[in-house]
Amino acid sequence: MRPSVPERGLPYLLLGPSLLFLVVFYAWPLLEAIRTAFTAEGTLGLGNFRTMAADLNFRTALRNTLLLVVSVVPIQLALALALGTLLGRTARGRDLYLYVWTIPLGVSDLAAGLVWLAIMGERGYLNTVLGALGLVHRPTLWLSYETPGVLFAAVVAAEVWRATAIVLVIVVAGMQLVPREYGEAADVFGATPWQRFRKVSLPLLKPSIQTALILRTILAFEVFAVVLTLGGRDLPVLMGEAYNWQYAYENTGVASALAVVILVLSLLATLVYLRLLRVREETIG
Amino acid sequence: MRRRLTPHVLAGLASAAVLVPIYLIALSALSARGEVSAWPKALLPRALSLETLTFFFGVRGVWLALGQSLVVAALTVVFAILLGAPAGYALARFRFAGKDAVRLVVLLTRAFPIAILTLPLAVRFIRLGLYDTPLGVALVHTALALPFAILVTASLFLGIPVELEEAAWTLGCTRPAAFRRIVLPLALPGLTAAAIFAFVISWNEVFAASILTLRHRTLTAYLLAGLNESPLYFRFAGGFFLIVPSLIFIFAVRRYLFSMWGIARR
Repeated sequence: MRPSVPERGLPYLLLGPSLLFLVVFYAWPLLEAIRTAFTAEGTLGLGNFRTMAADLNFRTALRNTLLLVVSVVPIQLALALALGTLLGRTARGRDLYLYVWTIPLGVSDLAAGLVWLAIMGERGYLNTVLGALGLVHRPTLWLSYETPGVLFAAVVAAEVWRATAIVLVIVVAGMQLVPREYGEAADVFGATPWQRFRKVSLPLLKPSIQTALILRTILAFEVFAVVLTLGGRDLPVLMGEAYNWQYAYENTGVASALAVVILVLSLLATLVYLRLLRVREETIG
Repeated sequence: MRRRLTPHVLAGLASAAVLVPIYLIALSALSARGEVSAWPKALLPRALSLETLTFFFGVRGVWLALGQSLVVAALTVVFAILLGAPAGYALARFRFAGKDAVRLVVLLTRAFPIAILTLPLAVRFIRLGLYDTPLGVALVHTALALPFAILVTASLFLGIPVELEEAAWTLGCTRPAAFRRIVLPLALPGLTAAAIFAFVISWNEVFAASILTLRHRTLTAYLLAGLNESPLYFRFAGGFFLIVPSLIFIFAVRRYLFSMWGIARR
Protein backbone atom coordinates (compact mmCIF):
# COMPACT_ATOMS: atom_id res chain seq x y z
CA MET A 1 0.00 0.00 0.00
CA ARG A 2 1.45 3.35 -1.04
CA PRO A 3 0.98 5.99 1.61
CA SER A 4 -1.07 8.97 0.56
CA VAL A 5 0.32 12.45 1.09
CA PRO A 6 -1.29 13.19 4.49
CA GLU A 7 -0.15 9.71 5.51
CA ARG A 8 3.46 10.71 4.88
CA GLY A 9 3.12 13.68 7.22
CA LEU A 10 1.57 11.55 9.95
CA PRO A 11 4.77 10.44 11.75
CA TYR A 12 5.89 14.05 12.06
CA LEU A 13 2.47 15.00 13.37
CA LEU A 14 2.66 12.22 15.97
CA LEU A 15 6.23 13.07 16.98
CA GLY A 16 5.85 16.84 16.89
CA PRO A 17 4.43 17.46 20.36
CA SER A 18 7.02 15.22 22.05
CA LEU A 19 9.93 16.79 20.22
CA LEU A 20 8.68 20.28 20.93
CA PHE A 21 8.38 19.38 24.61
CA LEU A 22 11.90 17.95 24.69
CA VAL A 23 13.32 21.06 23.01
CA VAL A 24 11.57 23.37 25.47
CA PHE A 25 12.58 21.31 28.52
CA TYR A 26 16.07 20.18 27.49
CA ALA A 27 17.60 22.39 24.81
CA TRP A 28 16.36 25.67 26.24
CA PRO A 29 17.38 24.96 29.87
CA LEU A 30 20.78 23.72 28.66
CA LEU A 31 21.53 26.97 26.82
CA GLU A 32 20.05 29.03 29.62
CA ALA A 33 22.04 27.19 32.31
CA ILE A 34 25.28 27.73 30.38
CA ARG A 35 24.44 31.40 29.89
CA THR A 36 23.62 31.80 33.60
CA ALA A 37 26.79 29.98 34.63
CA PHE A 38 28.96 32.30 32.56
CA THR A 39 27.18 35.49 33.62
CA ALA A 40 28.10 36.96 36.98
CA GLU A 41 26.61 40.30 38.05
CA GLY A 42 25.49 41.08 34.55
CA THR A 43 28.85 40.54 32.85
CA LEU A 44 30.00 37.61 30.79
CA GLY A 45 32.89 35.75 32.33
CA LEU A 46 34.12 33.12 34.74
CA GLY A 47 32.98 34.96 37.88
CA ASN A 48 30.60 32.20 38.99
CA PHE A 49 33.20 29.52 38.45
CA ARG A 50 35.70 31.53 40.50
CA THR A 51 33.20 31.90 43.34
CA MET A 52 32.47 28.19 43.07
CA ALA A 53 36.14 27.17 43.15
CA ALA A 54 36.94 29.57 45.99
CA ASP A 55 34.32 27.92 48.18
CA LEU A 56 35.98 25.65 50.73
CA ASN A 57 33.54 22.84 50.09
CA PHE A 58 34.02 22.70 46.33
CA ARG A 59 37.25 20.71 46.23
CA THR A 60 35.96 18.26 48.81
CA ALA A 61 32.68 17.95 46.94
CA LEU A 62 34.46 17.30 43.64
CA ARG A 63 36.77 14.76 45.25
CA ASN A 64 33.95 12.99 47.09
CA THR A 65 31.79 12.80 43.97
CA LEU A 66 34.60 11.36 41.85
CA LEU A 67 35.55 8.89 44.60
CA LEU A 68 31.94 7.79 44.92
CA VAL A 69 31.65 7.24 41.17
CA VAL A 70 34.83 5.15 40.94
CA SER A 71 33.85 3.13 44.03
CA VAL A 72 30.18 2.56 43.32
CA VAL A 73 30.05 1.94 39.57
CA PRO A 74 32.61 -0.91 39.33
CA ILE A 75 31.01 -2.70 42.31
CA GLN A 76 27.62 -2.39 40.64
CA LEU A 77 28.87 -3.73 37.32
CA ALA A 78 30.64 -6.68 38.95
CA LEU A 79 27.58 -7.47 41.07
CA ALA A 80 25.21 -7.19 38.11
CA LEU A 81 27.36 -9.52 35.99
CA ALA A 82 27.61 -12.00 38.85
CA LEU A 83 23.88 -11.92 39.56
CA GLY A 84 23.03 -12.12 35.85
CA THR A 85 25.24 -15.20 35.46
CA LEU A 86 23.72 -16.69 38.59
CA LEU A 87 20.25 -16.15 37.14
CA GLY A 88 21.24 -18.20 34.11
CA ARG A 89 21.91 -21.16 36.41
CA THR A 90 18.71 -21.10 38.42
CA ALA A 91 15.88 -22.48 36.34
CA ARG A 92 13.44 -22.70 39.21
CA GLY A 93 12.80 -19.52 41.17
CA ARG A 94 14.26 -17.34 38.43
CA ASP A 95 11.24 -15.04 38.23
CA LEU A 96 11.07 -14.67 41.98
CA TYR A 97 14.77 -13.81 42.28
CA LEU A 98 14.50 -11.31 39.47
CA TYR A 99 11.50 -9.64 41.07
CA VAL A 100 13.25 -9.35 44.42
CA TRP A 101 16.48 -8.04 42.90
CA THR A 102 14.69 -5.38 40.89
CA ILE A 103 12.64 -4.04 43.82
CA PRO A 104 15.22 -1.26 44.46
CA LEU A 105 14.45 0.09 40.95
CA GLY A 106 11.39 1.68 42.49
CA VAL A 107 13.14 3.03 45.58
CA SER A 108 14.10 6.70 45.55
CA ASP A 109 17.54 7.87 46.64
CA LEU A 110 15.89 9.69 49.54
CA ALA A 111 14.17 6.52 50.78
CA ALA A 112 17.37 4.50 50.30
CA GLY A 113 19.24 7.05 52.41
CA LEU A 114 16.63 6.76 55.17
CA VAL A 115 16.78 2.95 55.06
CA TRP A 116 20.53 3.00 55.59
CA LEU A 117 20.16 5.67 58.26
CA ALA A 118 18.04 3.17 60.21
CA ILE A 119 20.84 0.64 59.83
CA MET A 120 23.94 2.79 60.29
CA GLY A 121 22.60 5.36 62.78
CA GLU A 122 23.95 5.66 66.30
CA ARG A 123 21.15 3.51 67.71
CA GLY A 124 20.67 1.60 64.50
CA TYR A 125 20.63 -2.06 63.66
CA LEU A 126 24.32 -2.29 62.77
CA ASN A 127 25.33 -1.24 66.26
CA THR A 128 22.87 -3.76 67.71
CA VAL A 129 24.48 -6.56 65.70
CA LEU A 130 28.00 -5.36 66.51
CA GLY A 131 27.00 -5.16 70.17
CA ALA A 132 25.65 -8.71 70.13
CA LEU A 133 28.95 -9.85 68.65
CA GLY A 134 30.81 -8.02 71.38
CA LEU A 135 32.52 -5.65 68.93
CA VAL A 136 31.08 -2.45 70.41
CA HIS A 137 29.97 -1.87 73.98
CA ARG A 138 27.85 1.22 73.57
CA PRO A 139 25.99 2.85 70.65
CA THR A 140 28.74 4.22 68.41
CA LEU A 141 28.38 7.20 66.14
CA TRP A 142 29.35 6.14 62.61
CA LEU A 143 27.81 8.79 60.39
CA SER A 144 29.83 11.81 61.43
CA TYR A 145 32.67 13.89 60.09
CA GLU A 146 34.91 12.19 62.64
CA THR A 147 34.50 8.86 60.87
CA PRO A 148 34.59 9.93 57.22
CA GLY A 149 35.59 6.45 56.07
CA VAL A 150 32.53 4.79 57.54
CA LEU A 151 30.27 7.60 56.37
CA PHE A 152 31.64 7.16 52.85
CA ALA A 153 31.18 3.38 53.07
CA ALA A 154 27.59 3.86 54.21
CA VAL A 155 26.87 6.00 51.15
CA VAL A 156 28.51 3.39 48.91
CA ALA A 157 26.43 0.66 50.55
CA ALA A 158 23.20 2.62 50.10
CA GLU A 159 24.00 3.40 46.45
CA VAL A 160 24.99 -0.18 45.66
CA TRP A 161 21.86 -1.43 47.39
CA ARG A 162 19.59 1.00 45.57
CA ALA A 163 20.99 1.32 42.07
CA THR A 164 22.57 -2.00 41.12
CA ALA A 165 19.17 -3.14 39.85
CA ILE A 166 19.27 -0.83 36.83
CA VAL A 167 22.64 -2.26 35.76
CA LEU A 168 21.32 -5.77 36.37
CA VAL A 169 18.26 -5.22 34.18
CA ILE A 170 20.34 -3.89 31.29
CA VAL A 171 22.90 -6.69 31.61
CA VAL A 172 20.25 -9.42 31.85
CA ALA A 173 18.41 -7.95 28.85
CA GLY A 174 21.71 -8.26 26.96
CA MET A 175 22.26 -11.82 28.18
CA GLN A 176 18.88 -12.83 26.81
CA LEU A 177 20.06 -11.85 23.34
CA VAL A 178 23.11 -14.13 23.49
CA PRO A 179 22.20 -17.49 21.94
CA ARG A 180 22.36 -20.35 24.44
CA GLU A 181 24.33 -22.47 21.93
CA TYR A 182 27.44 -20.29 22.29
CA GLY A 183 27.79 -21.18 25.94
CA GLU A 184 26.98 -24.82 25.27
CA ALA A 185 29.63 -24.92 22.56
CA ALA A 186 32.17 -23.58 25.06
CA ASP A 187 31.15 -26.35 27.50
CA VAL A 188 31.55 -29.01 24.79
CA PHE A 189 35.09 -27.82 24.16
CA GLY A 190 35.83 -28.14 27.87
CA ALA A 191 35.89 -24.49 28.90
CA THR A 192 35.80 -23.81 32.64
CA PRO A 193 32.90 -21.62 33.85
CA TRP A 194 35.34 -18.72 34.22
CA GLN A 195 36.71 -19.17 30.69
CA ARG A 196 33.18 -19.40 29.37
CA PHE A 197 32.25 -16.16 31.13
CA ARG A 198 35.47 -14.39 30.15
CA LYS A 199 35.74 -15.49 26.51
CA VAL A 200 32.10 -15.99 25.48
CA SER A 201 29.65 -14.04 27.61
CA LEU A 202 31.68 -10.91 28.33
CA PRO A 203 32.59 -9.97 24.72
CA LEU A 204 29.00 -10.52 23.59
CA LEU A 205 27.73 -8.37 26.43
CA LYS A 206 29.92 -5.40 25.55
CA PRO A 207 27.11 -3.25 24.11
CA SER A 208 24.94 -3.81 27.21
CA ILE A 209 27.85 -3.16 29.53
CA GLN A 210 28.60 0.05 27.70
CA THR A 211 24.99 1.25 27.99
CA ALA A 212 24.80 0.30 31.64
CA LEU A 213 28.09 2.01 32.50
CA ILE A 214 27.18 5.23 30.72
CA LEU A 215 23.75 5.44 32.30
CA ARG A 216 24.90 4.50 35.79
CA THR A 217 27.94 6.78 35.78
CA ILE A 218 25.87 9.79 34.73
CA LEU A 219 23.42 9.06 37.53
CA ALA A 220 26.27 8.51 40.00
CA PHE A 221 27.61 12.02 39.30
CA GLU A 222 24.21 13.27 40.47
CA VAL A 223 24.33 11.49 43.82
CA PHE A 224 22.41 13.73 46.19
CA ALA A 225 19.64 12.69 48.57
CA VAL A 226 21.44 9.56 49.81
CA VAL A 227 24.37 11.68 50.91
CA LEU A 228 22.17 14.36 52.46
CA THR A 229 20.18 11.86 54.54
CA LEU A 230 23.22 9.96 55.77
CA GLY A 231 25.78 12.68 56.26
CA GLY A 232 24.10 16.06 55.93
CA ARG A 233 26.91 18.35 54.81
CA ASP A 234 29.61 16.27 56.45
CA LEU A 235 30.18 14.63 53.07
CA PRO A 236 29.80 17.40 50.47
CA VAL A 237 29.03 16.30 46.90
CA LEU A 238 28.60 18.41 43.74
CA MET A 239 24.85 18.03 43.48
CA GLY A 240 24.39 18.84 47.16
CA GLU A 241 26.46 22.00 46.70
CA ALA A 242 24.34 22.99 43.68
CA TYR A 243 21.25 22.51 45.85
CA ASN A 244 22.72 24.67 48.60
CA TRP A 245 23.82 27.47 46.30
CA GLN A 246 20.35 27.60 44.79
CA TYR A 247 18.24 26.91 47.83
CA ALA A 248 20.15 28.31 50.80
CA TYR A 249 22.29 31.07 49.21
CA GLU A 250 19.82 31.82 46.38
CA ASN A 251 22.67 32.16 43.92
CA THR A 252 21.51 30.57 40.66
CA GLY A 253 24.72 31.62 38.89
CA VAL A 254 27.04 29.50 41.03
CA ALA A 255 24.47 26.68 41.19
CA SER A 256 24.40 26.68 37.37
CA ALA A 257 28.21 26.65 37.27
CA LEU A 258 28.09 23.47 39.38
CA ALA A 259 25.47 22.00 37.07
CA VAL A 260 27.76 22.72 34.12
CA VAL A 261 30.63 20.96 35.93
CA ILE A 262 28.40 17.90 36.46
CA LEU A 263 27.37 17.97 32.79
CA VAL A 264 30.98 18.19 31.59
CA LEU A 265 31.99 15.30 33.86
CA SER A 266 29.06 13.22 32.54
CA LEU A 267 30.00 13.92 28.94
CA LEU A 268 33.67 13.12 29.57
CA ALA A 269 32.75 9.81 31.21
CA THR A 270 30.46 8.95 28.28
CA LEU A 271 33.25 9.67 25.79
CA VAL A 272 35.68 7.52 27.76
CA TYR A 273 33.25 4.59 27.77
CA LEU A 274 32.49 4.97 24.07
CA ARG A 275 36.18 4.91 23.33
CA LEU A 276 37.26 2.15 25.73
CA LEU A 277 34.40 -0.18 24.93
CA ARG A 278 34.17 0.50 21.24
CA VAL A 279 31.40 -1.67 19.81
CA ARG A 280 31.83 -2.85 16.25
CA GLU A 281 28.64 -2.75 14.21
CA GLU A 282 28.46 -6.49 13.59
CA THR A 283 28.50 -7.34 17.28
CA ILE A 284 25.41 -5.30 18.07
CA GLY A 285 22.70 -7.84 18.93
CA MET B 1 24.14 -32.18 44.59
CA ARG B 2 26.39 -29.36 45.72
CA ARG B 3 26.61 -27.99 42.19
CA ARG B 4 22.82 -27.70 42.08
CA LEU B 5 22.42 -26.03 45.44
CA THR B 6 25.12 -23.37 45.30
CA PRO B 7 23.34 -21.06 42.84
CA HIS B 8 20.25 -21.07 45.02
CA VAL B 9 22.27 -20.38 48.15
CA LEU B 10 23.97 -17.42 46.47
CA ALA B 11 20.73 -16.17 44.94
CA GLY B 12 19.09 -16.47 48.35
CA LEU B 13 21.86 -14.42 49.93
CA ALA B 14 21.51 -11.72 47.26
CA SER B 15 17.75 -11.65 47.83
CA ALA B 16 18.33 -11.28 51.57
CA ALA B 17 20.68 -8.37 50.91
CA VAL B 18 17.83 -6.60 49.10
CA LEU B 19 15.07 -7.54 51.51
CA VAL B 20 16.68 -7.24 54.95
CA PRO B 21 17.18 -3.44 54.75
CA ILE B 22 13.52 -3.07 53.68
CA TYR B 23 12.49 -5.29 56.59
CA LEU B 24 14.53 -3.14 58.97
CA ILE B 25 12.98 0.17 57.86
CA ALA B 26 9.55 -1.48 58.08
CA LEU B 27 10.41 -2.64 61.59
CA SER B 28 11.51 0.90 62.52
CA ALA B 29 8.31 2.39 61.13
CA LEU B 30 6.12 -0.22 62.83
CA SER B 31 7.65 0.16 66.29
CA ALA B 32 6.63 2.56 69.02
CA ARG B 33 8.28 5.99 68.93
CA GLY B 34 10.45 5.31 71.97
CA GLU B 35 11.96 2.27 70.28
CA VAL B 36 14.01 4.52 68.02
CA SER B 37 16.47 5.26 70.84
CA ALA B 38 16.49 1.72 72.25
CA TRP B 39 19.77 -0.14 72.39
CA PRO B 40 20.22 -2.93 71.64
CA LYS B 41 17.30 -2.99 69.24
CA ALA B 42 14.89 -5.87 68.79
CA LEU B 43 15.60 -7.54 65.46
CA LEU B 44 12.39 -9.54 65.50
CA PRO B 45 8.91 -7.99 65.30
CA ARG B 46 7.98 -8.72 68.91
CA ALA B 47 6.31 -5.45 69.81
CA LEU B 48 4.73 -4.01 66.69
CA SER B 49 2.96 -0.71 67.11
CA LEU B 50 1.23 1.75 64.83
CA GLU B 51 2.21 4.67 67.05
CA THR B 52 4.97 5.97 64.78
CA LEU B 53 2.88 5.76 61.62
CA THR B 54 -0.12 7.29 63.38
CA PHE B 55 2.09 10.17 64.45
CA PHE B 56 3.47 10.51 60.90
CA PHE B 57 0.00 10.71 59.38
CA GLY B 58 -1.17 12.96 62.17
CA VAL B 59 1.10 15.70 60.86
CA ARG B 60 -0.90 17.99 58.61
CA GLY B 61 2.07 18.74 56.36
CA VAL B 62 2.39 15.06 55.48
CA TRP B 63 -1.15 14.95 54.08
CA LEU B 64 -0.66 18.14 52.11
CA ALA B 65 2.65 16.87 50.71
CA LEU B 66 1.13 13.49 49.91
CA GLY B 67 -1.68 15.25 48.04
CA GLN B 68 0.86 17.30 46.09
CA SER B 69 2.87 14.19 45.24
CA LEU B 70 -0.21 12.41 43.93
CA VAL B 71 -1.36 15.37 41.85
CA VAL B 72 2.13 15.87 40.38
CA ALA B 73 2.52 12.15 39.62
CA ALA B 74 -0.95 11.94 38.03
CA LEU B 75 -0.21 14.95 35.80
CA THR B 76 3.16 13.44 34.87
CA VAL B 77 1.51 10.14 33.88
CA VAL B 78 -1.09 11.90 31.72
CA PHE B 79 1.44 14.16 29.98
CA ALA B 80 4.03 11.42 29.47
CA ILE B 81 1.55 8.96 27.95
CA LEU B 82 -0.37 11.48 25.85
CA LEU B 83 2.86 12.87 24.39
CA GLY B 84 4.94 9.69 24.43
CA ALA B 85 2.54 7.08 23.04
CA PRO B 86 1.94 8.82 19.68
CA ALA B 87 5.69 9.35 19.32
CA GLY B 88 6.32 5.70 20.18
CA TYR B 89 3.71 4.65 17.63
CA ALA B 90 5.38 6.79 14.96
CA LEU B 91 8.79 5.23 15.72
CA ALA B 92 7.34 1.72 15.64
CA ARG B 93 5.16 1.95 12.53
CA PHE B 94 6.67 4.42 10.07
CA ARG B 95 9.82 4.80 8.06
CA PHE B 96 10.60 8.46 7.67
CA ALA B 97 13.50 10.80 7.21
CA GLY B 98 15.15 11.78 10.48
CA LYS B 99 13.98 8.71 12.41
CA ASP B 100 17.47 7.84 13.62
CA ALA B 101 18.03 11.44 14.65
CA VAL B 102 14.85 11.30 16.73
CA ARG B 103 16.00 8.11 18.44
CA LEU B 104 19.37 9.70 19.17
CA VAL B 105 17.78 12.82 20.65
CA VAL B 106 15.59 10.70 22.89
CA LEU B 107 18.58 8.72 24.13
CA LEU B 108 20.73 11.84 24.56
CA THR B 109 18.26 13.33 27.03
CA ARG B 110 19.48 10.75 29.52
CA ALA B 111 22.93 12.33 29.57
CA PHE B 112 21.44 15.47 31.11
CA PRO B 113 22.01 16.13 34.78
CA ILE B 114 18.72 17.12 36.32
CA ALA B 115 20.33 20.24 37.79
CA ILE B 116 20.81 21.60 34.26
CA LEU B 117 17.10 21.25 33.60
CA THR B 118 15.85 22.50 36.91
CA LEU B 119 17.84 25.62 37.72
CA PRO B 120 16.91 27.73 34.67
CA LEU B 121 13.31 26.53 34.89
CA ALA B 122 13.10 27.63 38.52
CA VAL B 123 13.89 31.19 37.44
CA ARG B 124 11.55 31.08 34.46
CA PHE B 125 8.73 29.46 36.45
CA ILE B 126 8.75 32.32 38.95
CA ARG B 127 8.04 34.73 36.10
CA LEU B 128 5.40 32.48 34.58
CA GLY B 129 3.63 31.86 37.88
CA LEU B 130 4.45 28.15 37.69
CA TYR B 131 6.87 28.18 40.62
CA ASP B 132 5.60 26.28 43.65
CA THR B 133 2.72 24.73 41.66
CA PRO B 134 2.08 21.02 40.98
CA LEU B 135 1.92 21.82 37.26
CA GLY B 136 5.44 23.25 37.26
CA VAL B 137 6.92 20.20 38.99
CA ALA B 138 4.89 17.87 36.77
CA LEU B 139 6.29 19.53 33.63
CA VAL B 140 9.87 18.82 34.75
CA HIS B 141 8.93 15.28 35.78
CA THR B 142 7.35 14.80 32.37
CA ALA B 143 10.63 15.85 30.79
CA LEU B 144 12.27 13.02 32.78
CA ALA B 145 9.57 10.44 32.07
CA LEU B 146 8.87 11.28 28.42
CA PRO B 147 12.00 9.75 26.81
CA PHE B 148 11.22 6.61 28.78
CA ALA B 149 7.59 6.62 27.67
CA ILE B 150 8.59 7.07 24.01
CA LEU B 151 11.02 4.15 24.01
CA VAL B 152 8.72 1.90 26.02
CA THR B 153 5.67 2.51 23.86
CA ALA B 154 7.76 2.13 20.69
CA SER B 155 8.84 -1.35 21.80
CA LEU B 156 5.27 -2.06 22.82
CA PHE B 157 3.77 -1.17 19.42
CA LEU B 158 6.56 -3.04 17.64
CA GLY B 159 5.36 -6.14 19.45
CA ILE B 160 1.85 -5.84 18.03
CA PRO B 161 1.78 -7.29 14.48
CA VAL B 162 1.13 -4.61 11.88
CA GLU B 163 -0.86 -7.23 9.91
CA LEU B 164 -3.67 -6.99 12.44
CA GLU B 165 -3.98 -3.30 11.72
CA GLU B 166 -3.75 -3.81 7.98
CA ALA B 167 -6.53 -6.39 8.15
CA ALA B 168 -8.73 -3.82 9.86
CA TRP B 169 -7.95 -1.24 7.16
CA THR B 170 -8.90 -3.63 4.36
CA LEU B 171 -12.13 -4.34 6.19
CA GLY B 172 -12.93 -0.65 6.02
CA CYS B 173 -11.60 0.76 9.27
CA THR B 174 -9.95 4.16 9.16
CA ARG B 175 -6.48 4.39 10.71
CA PRO B 176 -7.74 5.99 13.96
CA ALA B 177 -10.58 3.46 14.22
CA ALA B 178 -8.21 0.55 13.62
CA PHE B 179 -5.89 1.94 16.27
CA ARG B 180 -8.71 2.31 18.76
CA ARG B 181 -10.32 -1.08 18.12
CA ILE B 182 -7.32 -3.30 17.40
CA VAL B 183 -4.08 -1.80 18.70
CA LEU B 184 -5.25 -0.06 21.85
CA PRO B 185 -6.80 -3.11 23.56
CA LEU B 186 -3.65 -5.11 22.85
CA ALA B 187 -1.39 -2.28 24.01
CA LEU B 188 -3.33 -1.50 27.18
CA PRO B 189 -1.33 -3.66 29.63
CA GLY B 190 1.94 -2.27 28.28
CA LEU B 191 0.63 1.28 28.37
CA THR B 192 -0.38 0.72 31.98
CA ALA B 193 3.14 -0.43 32.75
CA ALA B 194 4.56 2.67 31.04
CA ALA B 195 2.17 4.83 33.08
CA ILE B 196 3.27 3.13 36.29
CA PHE B 197 6.89 3.81 35.39
CA ALA B 198 6.12 7.49 34.84
CA PHE B 199 4.34 7.53 38.20
CA VAL B 200 7.33 6.01 40.00
CA ILE B 201 9.76 8.45 38.36
CA SER B 202 7.67 11.36 39.60
CA TRP B 203 6.89 9.89 43.04
CA ASN B 204 10.60 9.32 43.73
CA GLU B 205 12.09 12.50 42.29
CA VAL B 206 13.71 14.71 44.93
CA PHE B 207 15.97 17.41 43.45
CA ALA B 208 13.64 19.17 41.00
CA ALA B 209 10.72 18.92 43.41
CA SER B 210 12.83 20.55 46.14
CA ILE B 211 14.12 23.34 43.92
CA LEU B 212 10.77 24.13 42.29
CA THR B 213 8.56 24.24 45.38
CA LEU B 214 8.49 26.17 48.61
CA ARG B 215 5.15 25.87 50.38
CA HIS B 216 3.47 23.28 48.17
CA ARG B 217 6.05 20.56 48.57
CA THR B 218 5.78 17.03 47.28
CA LEU B 219 6.37 14.29 49.83
CA THR B 220 10.03 13.79 48.89
CA ALA B 221 10.73 17.53 48.95
CA TYR B 222 8.87 17.85 52.25
CA LEU B 223 10.88 15.05 53.86
CA LEU B 224 14.17 16.39 52.50
CA ALA B 225 13.49 19.94 53.71
CA GLY B 226 12.69 18.62 57.19
CA LEU B 227 15.65 16.24 57.44
CA ASN B 228 17.48 18.27 60.06
CA GLU B 229 14.49 19.20 62.21
CA SER B 230 12.32 16.10 62.16
CA PRO B 231 12.78 13.34 64.76
CA LEU B 232 14.33 10.07 63.61
CA TYR B 233 11.14 8.02 63.95
CA PHE B 234 9.36 10.52 61.72
CA ARG B 235 12.06 10.15 59.06
CA PHE B 236 11.90 6.35 59.23
CA ALA B 237 8.13 6.40 58.87
CA GLY B 238 8.57 8.64 55.81
CA GLY B 239 11.22 6.39 54.30
CA PHE B 240 9.04 3.33 54.80
CA PHE B 241 5.99 5.01 53.33
CA LEU B 242 7.98 6.13 50.26
CA ILE B 243 9.05 2.54 49.59
CA VAL B 244 5.67 0.82 49.89
CA PRO B 245 4.31 1.84 46.46
CA SER B 246 7.50 0.74 44.73
CA LEU B 247 7.08 -2.83 46.02
CA ILE B 248 3.67 -3.01 44.39
CA PHE B 249 4.68 -1.15 41.24
CA ILE B 250 7.70 -3.26 40.41
CA PHE B 251 5.52 -6.33 40.86
CA ALA B 252 2.94 -4.91 38.46
CA VAL B 253 5.44 -4.01 35.73
CA ARG B 254 7.84 -6.94 36.13
CA ARG B 255 6.84 -8.46 32.78
CA TYR B 256 7.77 -5.28 30.96
CA LEU B 257 11.10 -4.49 32.62
CA PHE B 258 13.10 -6.20 29.91
CA SER B 259 11.19 -5.24 26.80
CA MET B 260 11.76 -1.70 28.01
CA TRP B 261 15.46 -2.02 28.36
CA GLY B 262 15.85 -4.45 25.50
CA ILE B 263 14.85 -1.73 23.11
CA ALA B 264 16.23 1.16 25.08
CA ARG B 265 19.77 -0.09 24.77
CA ARG B 266 19.90 0.38 21.02
